[in-house]
Amino acid sequence: MKLKFGVVVFPGSNCDHDAYYVTKKLLDQESEFLWHKEKDLKNSDVIILPGGFSYGDYLRTGAIARFSPIMESVIKFANSGGIVLGICNGFQILLEAGLLPGVLLKNESTKFICKDVFLKIQSKNTSFTAFVEKDVLQISIAHGDGNYFADEKTLAELKNNDQIVFQYCNRKGDVDSESNPNGSLMNIAGITNKERNILGMMPHPERCSDKILGNTDGIELFNSLIKYLTN
Amino acid sequence: MIEPAVDIQLAKEHGLTEEEFELICQKLGRVPNFTELGIFSVMWSEHCSYKNSIALLKTLPREGGRLLVGAGEENAGLVDIGDGLAVAFKIESHNHPSAVEPYQGAATGVGGILRDIFTMGARPIAVLNSLRFGSLKDPRTRFLFEHVVEGIADYGNCFGVPTVGGEVFFDDSYTDNPLVNAMAIGIVQKDRTASATAKGKGNPVMIVGSSTGRDGIHGATFASEEISEESESKRPSVQVGDPFTEKLLLEATLEIIKNDWIIGIQDMGAAGISCSTSEMSAKGDSGMFINLDKVPLREEGMSAYEIMLSESQERMLVVTKKEFEQNVKDTFLKWDLNCEYIGHVTDDKLITIFQNGEKQVEIAPYDLVLGGGAPVYHRETKEPEYLKELREFNALDLPEPECISEAFAQVFSSPNIVSKRWVYEQYDSMVRTNTIVGPGCDASVIYIKGTNKAISATTDCNGRYVYLNPYEGTKIAVAEAARNIVCSGAVPLAITNCLNFGNPYKPEMYWNFQKAVEGMGDACRFFDTPVTGGNVSFYNESPINAVYPTPVIGMIGLIEDIENITTSYFKNEGDYIFILGEDRDEIGGSEYLKIVHGLVKGDSPKMDMQIEKDLHTLVLELIGSKVINSAHDISEGGLACALAECCILNLDHPIGAELKIPIKQRADFTFFSESQSRIIVSVSPEDRNSFEEIAARSKVAFFAAGRTGGNSLKINDQFDFSTKRLIEIYYNTISKRMNVTI
Repeated sequence: MKLKFGVVVFPGSNCDHDAYYVTKKLLDQESEFLWHKEKDLKNSDVIILPGGFSYGDYLRTGAIARFSPIMESVIKFANSGGIVLGICNGFQILLEAGLLPGVLLKNESTKFICKDVFLKIQSKNTSFTAFVEKDVLQISIAHGDGNYFADEKTLAELKNNDQIVFQYCNRKGDVDSESNPNGSLMNIAGITNKERNILGMMPHPERCSDKILGNTDGIELFNSLIKYLTN
Repeated sequence: MIEPAVDIQLAKEHGLTEEEFELICQKLGRVPNFTELGIFSVMWSEHCSYKNSIALLKTLPREGGRLLVGAGEENAGLVDIGDGLAVAFKIESHNHPSAVEPYQGAATGVGGILRDIFTMGARPIAVLNSLRFGSLKDPRTRFLFEHVVEGIADYGNCFGVPTVGGEVFFDDSYTDNPLVNAMAIGIVQKDRTASATAKGKGNPVMIVGSSTGRDGIHGATFASEEISEESESKRPSVQVGDPFTEKLLLEATLEIIKNDWIIGIQDMGAAGISCSTSEMSAKGDSGMFINLDKVPLREEGMSAYEIMLSESQERMLVVTKKEFEQNVKDTFLKWDLNCEYIGHVTDDKLITIFQNGEKQVEIAPYDLVLGGGAPVYHRETKEPEYLKELREFNALDLPEPECISEAFAQVFSSPNIVSKRWVYEQYDSMVRTNTIVGPGCDASVIYIKGTNKAISATTDCNGRYVYLNPYEGTKIAVAEAARNIVCSGAVPLAITNCLNFGNPYKPEMYWNFQKAVEGMGDACRFFDTPVTGGNVSFYNESPINAVYPTPVIGMIGLIEDIENITTSYFKNEGDYIFILGEDRDEIGGSEYLKIVHGLVKGDSPKMDMQIEKDLHTLVLELIGSKVINSAHDISEGGLACALAECCILNLDHPIGAELKIPIKQRADFTFFSESQSRIIVSVSPEDRNSFEEIAARSKVAFFAAGRTGGNSLKINDQFDFSTKRLIEIYYNTISKRMNVTI
């Protein structure tokens, strides 16, 4: 059985083709673009909100995208337990839409950062991480606003509910301040909701999926998801 | 608004000469009105007309190889890469805007070159930048550097094209005139390209994309003057970029081209509507009727003059096939962009512009354009006096450094040598998931999905060499670009160029320009890399000085089999290190001479093109035979710096090396000479015999210099640097300098 992925295209999405390529070509699943002006999720099993600069991110990252017609359907889908992955700008949109807690501020350096980082898988209790054998993944980041912030109460909840999925770490897996690229509280790189069906992450697993590009740590997350959903 | 009366004085204020004004009156058979004068002034500006360069540019090799579209024929050159695919690529300068408004200047430079690529129907797959600044010790230089990089980053990142490489060079000559050259590469199905032409009487002319505002009026004229104190007041001549709109424009444009709904399309860069209407008409041997009342405007009350000269960004002029007008409109509407019918194609070979029911302009497009009525000048040349003085240099007179390690530390920490990580980490170098080799290596490598191929790309030019010897220096720029391409495993295909020079009316400057073009032509013919086009930027000078003549070469190469992609750094412990090519102790114009002795003197290194070509053939054979693990070209900083880079370019896995290098005259010469046509390769022990067999068949000199391994770079017992220290210098120097509080 093939899964069906729906990749939302907002005006300004620019990692939509990358998400499509991974799901359709590398993973050999069904995949379809979902246009922001429509409401039809086309029977997708998994929704991906891709990276990019939706609506130019001119007001605040993700702030306008969440009002688009497709997001009404995505929010309903998520609230009824559908699996949603937000990558980078997609994570920012999930936060703006209130599907995940917290905000993403400008990077501490105030500059855009594009490089490979290491991620500690803090929770394997999600469909994306359940079947990943490694504990540390090397994945690329590329963002100007990836500095995760939330109040102490929210942080405590995230921690207590095992909602922190990825933390920036060093090669060995130590979560330390030197490995934190953007100033995120608790080195947070990705979180899930309490129900564990929504994952938001700043790093780009779709960029680390093709062996031609030299690193396939990212595809592990998709493989885990497929195994989880098809078993 | 009452328009001023047109006379010679007003024409001069528009940057036209007396002769040019007379020529205009002659062509029109009358005195132009104010709007027409404005149009002629921008179209005949250096920036649009190439009037002082085109005669020489025509001597460059502009056909052959895999060229599908040659220089000047379309918005960008087009090269066949097989599999029914073609690559469009071009480099362009945005120097003047960046000197007064670095963020927007650089951003719109990227935007402009991207439009040149996608108006061809090609999807941009990579951007590179070639940047020149003054010394990082100067606070204003740091300001310019920081914001140019930010402008490039914000535009490319939002647009969604990876910025995969380029170069940054610092020298005092660029203090007042930073150079910002952006190169874009796109890919298109060979039979789905678009042309910048207007044909077919009655076909609709549409303006699409952003509304037209008062920004950028006379940008082209501004770019055709020297930078001065008054330049600050020309900041309104700098356009403002909107990468989000450009991203939408990209998608909509590619859709209408792919569906074959249009006759022609051209982006609006310099000289806005004036340029696109006249160039498209001239190319199609047609005319256009345009009603300016239909042009979407950002503010009310804009005059015909202002609308015709506006350089508002993210706009295109489209001539659609009549029957598909609605399809085109629907496409732009889908992407929330303007798409207005503003006129139609005519067969009277005239551009006729109406506003408020009155005819504002009537000009034959042919009279306006390059290759048509625009003037062509052959300027006076004179060999610069200063060259004699500069060449009076004997390297043996230099005091020999007491400690070669100390000299190395100085040279290796020059901002021209160290990693530009501080720059390229601000660029999204990976979006679209095709980047196999990103910034930091000799050349960047972009995968072509659906094939087994990849494109290699680089930009190169050492302005210091060109300053000391414009002919030889430009040959080196081409040869080094080709060497970088070869080191990545690719066969060089073609070049684009960005010629950054001073004032063409100064005979000594023009001599430099002429020699550079000769050198480029000779090198491109020799290496079979035709010139697909590019850009000339004159007037890069201030009252204090001109920039070093800087003919930047952007080159692409083709890797037929991605298995052959090669990178610069050592891969394994215990590999043999071979040095291909011969050192000639050339210290003139070197980074060592500048950094350690404070001199820019002597002659540039020599470029023997046959030796260079033999080297390329050998390295490609070695790569194809899979007997080398890395290949890195020896350039600025000489052998010592190149070896250090081989050790630490892979930050995840640094490897030391121990070498014995014969010293001919002096250790400092051997370590830092910048003799050309040399490449460092590493070879697994089991491949050593095959390597030597292949290399011995070639005419290229080579010797075994040592082996990889350990945690430090050791040369001749004279020199021992831990990879840790090398890394600290190489990767942190620029960020440390940039964190200085201004």
